[in-house]
Amino acid sequence: MDVMTETQFRAEVAGWLARELKGEFACLRHRGGPGDEEAFPALRKAWERKLAEGGWVGAAWPQEHGGRGLPLELQLAFHEEYVRAGGPGRMGHIGETLLAPTLIELGTPEQQRRFLPGIREGREFWCQGYSEPGAGSDLAAITTRCWQDGDVWRVQGQKVWTSLAHESDWIFVIARSTPGSVGREGLTFLLMPLDQPGIEIQPIRQMTGEAEFNAVFFDGAATDAGCIVGKPGEGWRVAMALLGFERGASTLGQQMHFVHEMQLVVDVAIATGQAHDPAIRERIADAWIGLRALRHNALRMLVGNSGSVRPESLIYKYAWSNWHRDLGQLAMDVLGAAGDVRSDDDAVRRLQQVFFFSRADTIYAGTNEIQLNIIAERALAMPR
Amino acid sequence: MENALLLSDEQVALQDTTAAFVAEFANARKPPEEDAGLWRRIAELGWPAVQVPEEFGGLGMGAVELALLMEEMGRRLIRAPFFTSVVLAQTALLQAGDAAARERFLPELASGETAATLILAPGLVWAPGALTVECHRDGAGWVMNGESAQVLDGGDAAMAFVAARTGDGVGLFHVPATAAGVERTPLDVWDLTRPQCHWRFGEVRLPAEARVDASGALDTGLARTVALAALQLAAEQVGGAAACLDMTVAYTKERVQFGRPVAGFQAVKHRCAEMMVRLETARSAVRGVAAAAAGLRDADELACEVAVARVLASEAYRYCAQEAVQLHGGVGFTWEYDPQLHFKRAQWGSQWLGAASRWRERVASQLLDLA
Ligand SMILES: Cc1cc2nc3c(=O)[nH]c(=O)nc-3n(C[C@H](O)[C@H](O)[C@H](O)COP(=O)(O)OP(=O)(O)OC[C@H]3O[C@@H](n4cnc5c(N)ncnc54)[C@H](O)[C@@H]3O)c2cc1C
Repeated sequence: MDVMTETQFRAEVAGWLARELKGEFACLRHRGGPGDEEAFPALRKAWERKLAEGGWVGAAWPQEHGGRGLPLELQLAFHEEYVRAGGPGRMGHIGETLLAPTLIELGTPEQQRRFLPGIREGREFWCQGYSEPGAGSDLAAITTRCWQDGDVWRVQGQKVWTSLAHESDWIFVIARSTPGSVGREGLTFLLMPLDQPGIEIQPIRQMTGEAEFNAVFFDGAATDAGCIVGKPGEGWRVAMALLGFERGASTLGQQMHFVHEMQLVVDVAIATGQAHDPAIRERIADAWIGLRALRHNALRMLVGNSGSVRPESLIYKYAWSNWHRDLGQLAMDVLGAAGDVRSDDDAVRRLQQVFFFSRADTIYAGTNEIQLNIIAERALAMPR
Repeated sequence: MENALLLSDEQVALQDTTAAFVAEFANARKPPEEDAGLWRRIAELGWPAVQVPEEFGGLGMGAVELALLMEEMGRRLIRAPFFTSVVLAQTALLQAGDAAARERFLPELASGETAATLILAPGLVWAPGALTVECHRDGAGWVMNGESAQVLDGGDAAMAFVAARTGDGVGLFHVPATAAGVERTPLDVWDLTRPQCHWRFGEVRLPAEARVDASGALDTGLARTVALAALQLAAEQVGGAAACLDMTVAYTKERVQFGRPVAGFQAVKHRCAEMMVRLETARSAVRGVAAAAAGLRDADELACEVAVARVLASEAYRYCAQEAVQLHGGVGFTWEYDPQLHFKRAQWGSQWLGAASRWRERVASQLLDLA
């Protein structure tokens, strides 16, 4: 890809966003995403359809699956331009960046035909049903059951902390299909429609006061037999393959959100005069340094010279979540006592959300402690 | 596309041969008499030529290749004048030297036939106000006076490039170690792998051509020299931190207490994993900045980017060395085991070419003082 083409592509993305992210959508700029999912959900779904019309949903997927097969460098360019323009947090990211690649890799042609268009057109939204009250870090401890019942599969049990379940149409679930099995064996990966009598969704209020995640109860809820991904009993492998897509090019988009948040912190520090405090200066410099390093690490991870253990991938989640949590604390320290009052100012509110929501960053997608276990065991081959 | 972080096959090969060589021949515990032999072999391998342009007998490579070498050397704490002669002196000539000086000195520095050192303000920073050497005109030539308290050099540098105050500003001068009036006193340093001397200049008479800076290039050139050298020091620190992690993991896997290897205890695993997080973050930063360095023309911009590598590597090394001492238990406190060697090198490196707080302040002023 020569430089000119990437430049043209960036101009195309930026131009499209400048034309479309205005009018009714203007209020979405820099809104939404983790910690701000309650912002304008209906409008953000409309935005997903707009994005889809522009050909920007699933652009990374292969062409035979309705994508544009964008090479990595253009995916990065897209994410960067998107965030630079203030593109809102994506309601569709679980479907687009987690489920879809899994279906493309492990789904049947029928499943691909049935589910990919809904995701790509911004019509169908997905959530992730892994965790249970008794199975968080120890995901293989799940007890939710599933079994075949004629043409359908049924599910009985409970999931918890399911982000955006209340805004989703479908959920992917791992459940135990072999009675009496333990651990990673005997699990099945199912795609379930949420809108049915056997499913009840209860919002859970979070530290931030909002309710982005939910408890999801299954009482004999059904899905077609054709909605099992992989073979029954092999759900663990599918579930893990899906998690592998968490470190894709969209991480660069996440970092651009961080750049935006970092700038808000800098602006507050300048406005309040804290920019003169040597201790705050050091911390702001450290935050900037950490963010640049995350970027270098992400690029190394994405282009990386291969090798079975990729330390830059293994450290990535731990590094960004801790960086973000520190930024949240810095933001509050820069705001001072004013930070204790819920603010109507979008910029200040955003920083308050970063402070509170970033407490979850070091918990979901593998807690800090689990990440350190993974690094020690996989990268350093230390005993379990 | 910023795929500069992807190493080419040649770069991977360079890294592998370097690693194999230092593993076999470099050993910070061997008798110092063998150092000359090590340096000769390094010269034969062509390493001192890596960043020198081909027209001066070099290999014409860049910061990425140099960083790969530095990382491997840092891993083994090699005792050789590579850092002083290649990373400091050559870089100063390349960034601030005039054409005649490059032509005169780069070939011999590239061949490794000669080793040189660099004298700036104390701590090897570019701070004209803090220079401790002055040089005034004397007819067609110059006379140099002053002293430099700590110069990196094991007493085997054949020459120094010295930044000195002149009547009308600052210049960079070439001073042979054997010039009359130069007095070198070796210092009793903690880090025995990186020797230092006190240099005194008493009425040292130098010819006109001793002044080697290209006109107008000194200020930016030496600022860039310090930044590029700090980047290479960061690469060396990454290697050192990696060595600390490796030796600690290996030791804890072997050391049995309570009936099992201590590596199986989560408190130990998590600390090793934390070392790895810091190490790999620093390594990503060094690789990323090295790949970008050649394109960063503006000295301030270069310094801000280098700060990323420098701050993280310096602290990763200190952290990993400290943890290595701790996780080796009692033997970690002994002279016999290697953690102490790295602990001392890490401490040394945290002070030179600008301490982390100084680099952070550069970033802070860029971010906060524009208004
Ligand atoms: C905002 C948010 C959104 C989420 N969204 C989803 C979602 O959409 N879908 C979904 O399926 N899940 C979701 N989760 C759930 C998340 O994946 C789990 O919370 C997480 O895996 C941790 O599990 P747990 O909460 O049961 O904690 P526990 O596993 O009970 O952990 C409690 C504490 O013990 C520590 N601990 C546990 N095991 C070990 C060990 N072996 N060694 C050392 N320490 C250990 C943990 O680190 C933690 O500090 C979400 C969570 C949050 C906070």
